[in-house]
Amino acid sequence: MTLPRRSLFGPVAFAAVALLLAIVPLTAPPFWVTLGNYIGLYSIVALGLVLLTGVAGQTSFGQAAFVGIGAYTTAYLTTRYGTSPWLTLPMALVMTLAIALFLGFITLRMRGHYLPLATIAWGISLYFLFGNLDFLGGYTGLTGIPPLSLPGVELRQERHFFYLIWTIALCALWATDNLLDSRPGRAIRALKGGLEMAEAFGVDAARLKIIVFVYAALLACISGWLYAHLQRFVNPSPFGINQGIEYLFMAVVGGAGNVWGAVVGATLITLLKQWLQDLLPKILGRAGNFEIVVFGVLMILVLQRARDGVWPWLERMLPKRSKHVMQNATTLPARSRTAHQGQLLEIDKARKQFGGLVAVNDLSFDVRPGEILGLIGPNGAGKSTMFNLISGALPLTAGDVRFRGQSISALQPYEIARLGIGRTFQHVRLIGSMSVLDNVALGAFLRGKSGVVRAALRLDRKEEARIKAEAVCQISRCGLDSHTFDAAGSLALGLQRIVEIARVLASDPQLLLLDEPAAGLRYQEKRDLAALLRGLREQGMTILLVEHDMDFVMGLTDRLVVMDFGEKLAEGLPAQIQSNPLVVEAYLGGVE
Amino acid sequence: MNLTIAALLAQDGVTNGAIYALLALALVMVFAVTRVIWVPSGEFVAYGTLTLAALQLGKPPGTIGLLVGMAIIAGLLEIWSCLAAGQARQLPRRLTLWTLVPLAIAALVDWLAPLQLPLAVQIALTLAAVTAMGTLLYRIVYQPLAEASVLVLLIVSVAVHFVLTGLGLWFFGAEGSRTPPFSSASFQLGEMTVSAQSLLVVLTSVLLIFGLYLFFGYTLYGKALRATAVNRVGARLVGISPNLAGSLTFALATLLCAFSGVLIGPITTIYYDSGFFISLKGFVGAIIGGLASYPLAAAGALLVGLLESFSSFWASAFKEVIVFTLIIPVLLWRSLVSRHHEEEQ
Repeated sequence: MTLPRRSLFGPVAFAAVALLLAIVPLTAPPFWVTLGNYIGLYSIVALGLVLLTGVAGQTSFGQAAFVGIGAYTTAYLTTRYGTSPWLTLPMALVMTLAIALFLGFITLRMRGHYLPLATIAWGISLYFLFGNLDFLGGYTGLTGIPPLSLPGVELRQERHFFYLIWTIALCALWATDNLLDSRPGRAIRALKGGLEMAEAFGVDAARLKIIVFVYAALLACISGWLYAHLQRFVNPSPFGINQGIEYLFMAVVGGAGNVWGAVVGATLITLLKQWLQDLLPKILGRAGNFEIVVFGVLMILVLQRARDGVWPWLERMLPKRSKHVMQNATTLPARSRTAHQGQLLEIDKARKQFGGLVAVNDLSFDVRPGEILGLIGPNGAGKSTMFNLISGALPLTAGDVRFRGQSISALQPYEIARLGIGRTFQHVRLIGSMSVLDNVALGAFLRGKSGVVRAALRLDRKEEARIKAEAVCQISRCGLDSHTFDAAGSLALGLQRIVEIARVLASDPQLLLLDEPAAGLRYQEKRDLAALLRGLREQGMTILLVEHDMDFVMGLTDRLVVMDFGEKLAEGLPAQIQSNPLVVEAYLGGVE
Repeated sequence: MNLTIAALLAQDGVTNGAIYALLALALVMVFAVTRVIWVPSGEFVAYGTLTLAALQLGKPPGTIGLLVGMAIIAGLLEIWSCLAAGQARQLPRRLTLWTLVPLAIAALVDWLAPLQLPLAVQIALTLAAVTAMGTLLYRIVYQPLAEASVLVLLIVSVAVHFVLTGLGLWFFGAEGSRTPPFSSASFQLGEMTVSAQSLLVVLTSVLLIFGLYLFFGYTLYGKALRATAVNRVGARLVGISPNLAGSLTFALATLLCAFSGVLIGPITTIYYDSGFFISLKGFVGAIIGGLASYPLAAAGALLVGLLESFSSFWASAFKEVIVFTLIIPVLLWRSLVSRHHEEEQ
């Protein structure tokens, strides 16, 4: 088995940037070295925001406060107790970890916009706390912080510090880029596409959001630790809310979808600020931080006109990443399929009430192993509600749902996914900007184990190769080979639905739940879909299909359950259903 | 602390809290209808105070320059969008609405400023000018982004806060202003001295809140806004234009902000950048109501006002720390009681 080759673009770009950076301190005037130091420090913070905002769809205005935690922890410990700076770094990281975990825990479990608002509030609080605590020197701050020293060198000079900062910055970029191209990375990217989808593939969304927030906070803390030893004094002003907002601007202007966006944004904003602070007082004839007006306007224009920032525009000028799939990797081991005695899925008097409305009224039916069961009914019959009760998207009011004899009615969607129930969505939920390959690989999330740390350090390659091989295998099973590397959003709706099926197949399900898979499809697309589903049944898959297209289900399903007004109207073979007067009446209206 | 001091602090707290409550209501309203987390609302509070302060001195307020600038930008945007959409016939009407009306308000304020008219007229001018700005802000910044995610709208709001703070410094200068009290009378209520000023603030707030209730409950436009808040697509399908709903909401919300500015002017010295903290205190109140419930938001804002006034007595240096840290237990509580499945935008 050969491991996949990494595409050329990554290492070449890193080497080129590293080389360029290596010669800066040797040739550039001191002013530019100083500026370079700051750009490096800011890039590290902005990088965390790229992951948090651009990729995971959350945001924080309080990163400057985490920078402050890093800076003040080391400043206090080194000046007061003479602790070695190399010891204060882990201490600062632990402290940041604790605070970020706490903030993440109270805000990210809720779905809403509480994190950004909480970070504004906490950013302001911390600033005033720094300024009012006597042992931290109040608003004057702490001075006399010792320089960092490596064996043989004391990093007193800006030039020396430059290497340290950029080594750390490049490592952080490398690790974050690795992370994005991995099992947890795909899950993080999936968060932005709606939590329901991520959870359907076994991602514990709340936990993952907290991890991302902590990751961003730790990067900010490292930047602060470096800052303290570069400046050798700290005061509260660089850790206020305005700086926190500027960090976010860096990430957004640079391009929050890519790790290099952080560097581009930090560079642009830092240079622009430098230039404006020289220029504006001359033009306006008045001092004041008027550059914030320019930043604000710039930001509004970027978000109105070019929401992806500057990076995609720069990227177009660079050579394209080569696309490759590793050939010889083996696919993932399939779930053991011990035969289960009896029904695969049992719905036992399931009931769902929304206030006074009974959407599903004590409905019972079974799904047998190896069959395609159709759940049909006119619009508003309660089919989708029933579907959501099985997948865990909605809690039951009463009754029970059992899978292989085990009750699943109290489980979260991601726990249900773990048991081997896979689903598709009525409205296609793919990550449009991600390739078909990555989208399908997300389906195999539960079949891998690599976490954030392994992924960031690139220790996950063996497993990653197998996940990708599995995805390729499912893509080809669904006949999508020619689209493997296309962005999922660029495909026609019919194909996107097939990609959803490939994705759910990658999770190796025992039961497939399909929510109106034929909706919006053209005739030929429906026929292809039906052929694909028949093929799956022949390979032993059990499928529960919610549909209201009668033609589609009649030729495909083994049995049908008909719902109307939340109740079971009929159950039987397609031919029986077709001639059932009650069903005809429900669909066509009765004769008065 | 004895009872007299406690009563005094409580009175202060309730007075400030009433003002924060107005803001909290504006914030909940804007979020419900447009999904904008309206961070820059505080700037309009500051603009309100600073405009009234300038008028009382008989000086043309900095608001005029801002308003003229925004009216011109909005006019250019209208010309651009009308021509791009091939709707040149609509242009005169839209230009009148978005450029001529604001310019007329600016001209009126400029003309009447030196006359030092009665307070009521000055307040009316202030409200008109600031409300026009808020509405223009929607047209210029938020309308082109109507379909953006909550996250993008929030980042934009923070950017707008930057712009308005910077412009505030330019147009109003760095000096703070305080407006004279509406009334210096006070009277005894048992042991307690109640100033007419405080009473007036609380009364005005209550009246405004009642007015809002009537507007949302009994007028067609109010109902249209409520419909939009419940279901944007549905509202659109029954003919409620999202642009109308958005600009109307911003007009109303800015009116509330400007009113808050007028009310807070005699209590605190307001600088060009004082608005941010005021709006954040409104947000703390709004978050207590989950950014959704009006009565809870108002109650939350009242709590913020009381907390602020008592903490300024006990630990004045940590006043802001205490007020903004209140958000932590509030969020903790909400996160523990709220169901896991709050669907997201």
